[in-house]
Amino acid sequence: MSLEKDQVQHIAMLARLRVGDDEIADTVDKLSRIVDFVDQLSQADTTDVVPMAHPLDAAQRLRPDVVTETDERDEFQENAPAVSDGFYLVPKVIE
Amino acid sequence: MSSNDLHTQGLTQLARGLENGGFTAVELVTALLDRVEAHDTELNAFITVTADTALQAAERADAERNKGETGVLNGLPLVHKDIFCTRGVLTTCGSRMLENFVSPYDATVVERLAGAGAVMLGKTNMDEFAMGSSNETSYFGPVKNPWDLTCSPGGSSGGSAASVAARIAPAATGTDTGGSIRQPAALTGTTGLKPTYGRVSRYGMIAFASSLDQAGVITRSAEDAALLLGVMAGFDVRDSTSIDHPVPDYLAGLGESLQGLRVGIVRQHFDAGLDAATGNAVRDALAVLEAQGASLTEVDLPNLDLSVPTYYVVAPAECSSNLSRFDGIRFGHRAGNPEDLLDMYCRSRGEGFGAEVKRRILTGTYVLSAGYYDAYYLKAQQVRQLIADDFREAFADVDVIAGPTAPAPAFRLGDKTDDPITMYLNDIYTIGANLAGLPGISIPCGFASELPVGLHLVGPHFGEEQLLRTAHQYQLQTDWHTRCPEGYA
Amino acid sequence: MSAAWEVVIGLEIHTQLATQSKIFSGASTAYGAAPNTQACLVDLGYPGVLPVLNEEVVRMACKFGLAVNATVAPRSVFARKNYFYPDLPKGYQISQYELPIVEHGELFITDEAGKEKRIGITRAHLEEDAGKSVHEGLDRHSGIDLNRAGTPLLEIVSEPDLRSAKEAVAYMRKIHTIVRYLGISDGNMQEGSFRCDANVSVRPRGQDTFGTRTEIKNLNSFRFVERAINFEIERQIDVLEDGGEVVQETRLYDSGRDETRSMRSKEEANDYRYFPDPDLLPVEISEEFIDGVRDTLPELPDDKRHRFIDDYGVKQDDAAILTASRALADYFEAAVAASEAKPQVVANWVIGDLSGALNKEGLEIEACRIPAEDLAGLIKRIQDNTISGKIAKEVFEAMWAGEGTADAVIEARGLKQITDSSAIEAIVDKVIADNPGQAEEYRAGKEKLIGFFVGQVMKETGGKANPGQVNAILRSKLK
Repeated sequence: MSLEKDQVQHIAMLARLRVGDDEIADTVDKLSRIVDFVDQLSQADTTDVVPMAHPLDAAQRLRPDVVTETDERDEFQENAPAVSDGFYLVPKVIE
Repeated sequence: MSSNDLHTQGLTQLARGLENGGFTAVELVTALLDRVEAHDTELNAFITVTADTALQAAERADAERNKGETGVLNGLPLVHKDIFCTRGVLTTCGSRMLENFVSPYDATVVERLAGAGAVMLGKTNMDEFAMGSSNETSYFGPVKNPWDLTCSPGGSSGGSAASVAARIAPAATGTDTGGSIRQPAALTGTTGLKPTYGRVSRYGMIAFASSLDQAGVITRSAEDAALLLGVMAGFDVRDSTSIDHPVPDYLAGLGESLQGLRVGIVRQHFDAGLDAATGNAVRDALAVLEAQGASLTEVDLPNLDLSVPTYYVVAPAECSSNLSRFDGIRFGHRAGNPEDLLDMYCRSRGEGFGAEVKRRILTGTYVLSAGYYDAYYLKAQQVRQLIADDFREAFADVDVIAGPTAPAPAFRLGDKTDDPITMYLNDIYTIGANLAGLPGISIPCGFASELPVGLHLVGPHFGEEQLLRTAHQYQLQTDWHTRCPEGYA
Repeated sequence: MSAAWEVVIGLEIHTQLATQSKIFSGASTAYGAAPNTQACLVDLGYPGVLPVLNEEVVRMACKFGLAVNATVAPRSVFARKNYFYPDLPKGYQISQYELPIVEHGELFITDEAGKEKRIGITRAHLEEDAGKSVHEGLDRHSGIDLNRAGTPLLEIVSEPDLRSAKEAVAYMRKIHTIVRYLGISDGNMQEGSFRCDANVSVRPRGQDTFGTRTEIKNLNSFRFVERAINFEIERQIDVLEDGGEVVQETRLYDSGRDETRSMRSKEEANDYRYFPDPDLLPVEISEEFIDGVRDTLPELPDDKRHRFIDDYGVKQDDAAILTASRALADYFEAAVAASEAKPQVVANWVIGDLSGALNKEGLEIEACRIPAEDLAGLIKRIQDNTISGKIAKEVFEAMWAGEGTADAVIEARGLKQITDSSAIEAIVDKVIADNPGQAEEYRAGKEKLIGFFVGQVMKETGGKANPGQVNAILRSKLK
């Protein structure tokens, strides 16, 4: 099953990835090949097979409810492209 | 021993030398930093060289040794794959997205190794976000294979493998999601160990596919790998998927013979897809094991041919979600002058990620999206279960499964970049272990077309001791792991 | 509202769990800190960090499950809900999807006809809260504060069993009461600790299938829930009666205009791509754990209400009011124990003057200025005739103003009732003498005038005479 250009553009929007006009044809082509390749899976008989989400059969461990972190905002924000008054800045969100 | 051949020694040997006072950590680190200087221009194995902090750490190590307070790795140099967060040091993951990212914290692996006295020389080049098998997806350019500079060292831990192969570092950390430690180890004639999923903490290791990623090492020998694993392994409260399982003394068991070892051979591994000379080298290696007292039996992994397609659903699905945090807000690349929020997201991510990463994000988004989840993601999880069951059944009869690590020796840079599928198939022998969470090791076992070939050993969950012992016993009988590429002796 | 239409409502209530630290990190959940000072690496979604689940969160969810007679899942799974939003640091929210921690619960509300009505609780699942966006004062930018990111939430989803805005509010109040009784949430609606989304649809009465629903997001007061739902019901009926169709969509309630508005955006429909979070393992809850939690459960509101009616003989409506908050019920019980008065008398004081004083200042019972023992002290002084009921009101106000216990106020203000008969008799004599005309009329049969005389005597005594005693003396002297 090959993908269509508008399908790829829809996925790219979901993934918030700009795929430029110069990249789109190649992206559609390669993604189609990948999808065709993984389509092999449909051959497998998986009746009654429990999906495996995790390689080890273990249960979640729980952490005591204790505050262990202190304020390190200034250091953390050194990596941020734009901050002001302690906030991370983004282009205005219109609701 | 004079300081101009320190680079030829492996980790265990160097540890002895430091302990005997034959040389100091500062001398050792200085000698290796000179190697970086001399060789990295051609190899491109490093993204960051931490010369100053390495020398300071070496001085501290020497001072501690003088006071008699030595960790097991005191003064031993190593390099970290640039996927591990290192406090105060650039941590790029091979991506433009993190070109300027300075981690405010250390990964558990980094912390434990440093805590035992190891000295970091630098951060190694890698496929972007560990997505690749040739190191060609790195934003910082491909790493060259020291055995042939026109060839790829494999990936994604290509910089780690190349630096160990070229005798720049005696050891390196790596990560393995589908073969990213073992395949480059095979292609560069080094020893690469991927432990059981959950054996080593993933905290601070930038996630590609969380249910498959595992940290490991690339070294010159199984003995060196055992030394490092003993330090790295163990439960970590910060990683819910790390397992609280006792860490054995991996060095202690290495000496036992292979008498009675049951080695499983997978017939499909020797099918048409395997390069003939590679197959011969692997068969010779199996004969060596047999001569040491191991018995060879054929095992069946009927669903193995579906491991690559399974992987290329599961790994992209997880990656598409894991990489959503790179949005240009708190860290990472942000596009200039965004028109609005949507434009900021799409361009920051579009510019920050390279083509292969984008392809995987798109693939993952697709297989999880409404209407396709059951056919792809859920189906892949079911097939994953079948593959894990196959291994479980096989390990009822054998102790290790042996075969080739990669279908062929190192390929030329640029040879496989056009078709993602051919590139993906390079990991056909290694991916199964990731899907099932099993430990695997690749060790040098000969040459094909004058390039190294790797023997791949896979064990049951927490079977690292057995794997390391098998590899070590093999290395006592052979000298493939001591071969050095020309020009790097 | 037209009788031809039936309303169908389901609520999704998001309640913040009152833990010290966040659901997956060790950062503090305290409200009101400077922006991003309580956002650690895990909350910020930094590369390489991993979530570790807070034990208390599991215990709290378990408590809730037991309180609403639900099944606590022996195995539940965290999933990722993927979408991009600036206040969602990882680009996904860790939530529960296919296997929630709590399922199949129920509670009872009193419906508009005054009858008990069962409301099903489909599920309650754990998830992390997002951060906040600030849109003012940052020029052409929005500011992101991630202090709230990672705060534990329990999302409680009802069955579509609610049939009016009033029922929806009654249900929401009930949940509010329960979570506060359990001590798993402070229920503070101003701070957003308790908020809900309402799914509303209408259908012609008698129709089996549901109409198309809309979802009203983020309602953070009981009043808004009622108004928003009522507006939405009217709107949907108008659309349908005009021959139109209700569009399935998300709407926002604008309290300023008292209307709901479509949040229609140009972007694609949401596709959350849920899948099990590979960073977290399945949560397994043992029978022993559940038993341990069960042992710590407090008496629940319904049980308490019935006990108040049965054991204390408190009126039904009063019992409901008193048990609406655990603290109020505790206060009432403490006052009853200390007062030796009839519980209904105590109830009248708690529901009347005390609640009135609290409401006037917008205080909760926890901030009450008069301890239960002191209220009991006041009631005692009425019971033993030290003061009259009327004087008691004055004493209460003085106590509220901080003048001390009832005894201290009575003493300081000299409010002790005059019970000395000879003193009262003297005053009665004076009053009769001062009002000969009225005395004449009374004696001629106009007995209503007794009130006038009592009033005069009370006036003379500054209200301190015992009205019963005054009455009796007057009657004998006016014979």
